[in-house]
Amino acid sequence: MTSALDITRSVNPPRAVFVNFPLGHQTGKPHQPDLQRQIVRDALRRFETIGKPGTIVELPYVWDAHDRQWEETDYTGNFLPPRPPQEDADLIEEERRARFASSNIK
Amino acid sequence: MPVEYIPRTRELYSSYLPYRWAVNQDTPPWTPLDKPIAQSKLAVMSSGGILYRDQPRFHREDASYRMIPKNATQNELSVWHFGYRTVDAEADHNCVFPLARLRELEAEGAIGELADPAYSFMGGVYSARKIREELAPRIADELKRAHVEAFYLVPA
Repeated sequence: MTSALDITRSVNPPRAVFVNFPLGHQTGKPHQPDLQRQIVRDALRRFETIGKPGTIVELPYVWDAHDRQWEETDYTGNFLPPRPPQEDADLIEEERRARFASSNIK
Repeated sequence: MPVEYIPRTRELYSSYLPYRWAVNQDTPPWTPLDKPIAQSKLAVMSSGGILYRDQPRFHREDASYRMIPKNATQNELSVWHFGYRTVDAEADHNCVFPLARLRELEAEGAIGELADPAYSFMGGVYSARKIREELAPRIADELKRAHVEAFYLVPA
């Protein structure tokens, strides 16, 4: 799949499927399993239907029928969250790993 | 109109070395899938920086990958990536790494087999050479050894 059509046109892979959603949502919206499942099904079907190398299929999903604002702002300006200073990043990482080390999740 | 990420990336990272975008004009290599996906072994990989339990996070210019058990659950997965807003992927990995959805599709027979493990890397790597010469061949070897027939790459 591809979330950036212009980049993928340049890369020219054997086959690709594009969903026009904001970055970080190529296979759907959080906690919407029906939408996610539908996107994945549609993408996988293209393994069988794409016959010409270099084909990119755009699936007809729309992020928000009433609001296309995200297309103006995705990946511009202050789009990316600021990176934490290194000490904070290391602390966050320590805490993440400790959470799993001490848990009883199998 | 789909967003043009090349000019936006150039702008966003204008204080860094200009990124050299891959440009491939030849016909791409092509292997047709010779049977239905419902009879095929499929592996999935995300470039969204997915981590399983206490696997170490990614670093800058990191061409390493992680192996994610196919039965990993939401509370065993975390995300490390600086290049996209990860809040939704952290809340529900299926936004960028549809592992639970693929397990369901396997259970209903829509795919022949979901390969174990799944794969994850962090796509925000400046060096395309590292990806091409280090990451990609290693993943390809893993897939061949596991007799994977279709490879589903999902970007962030």
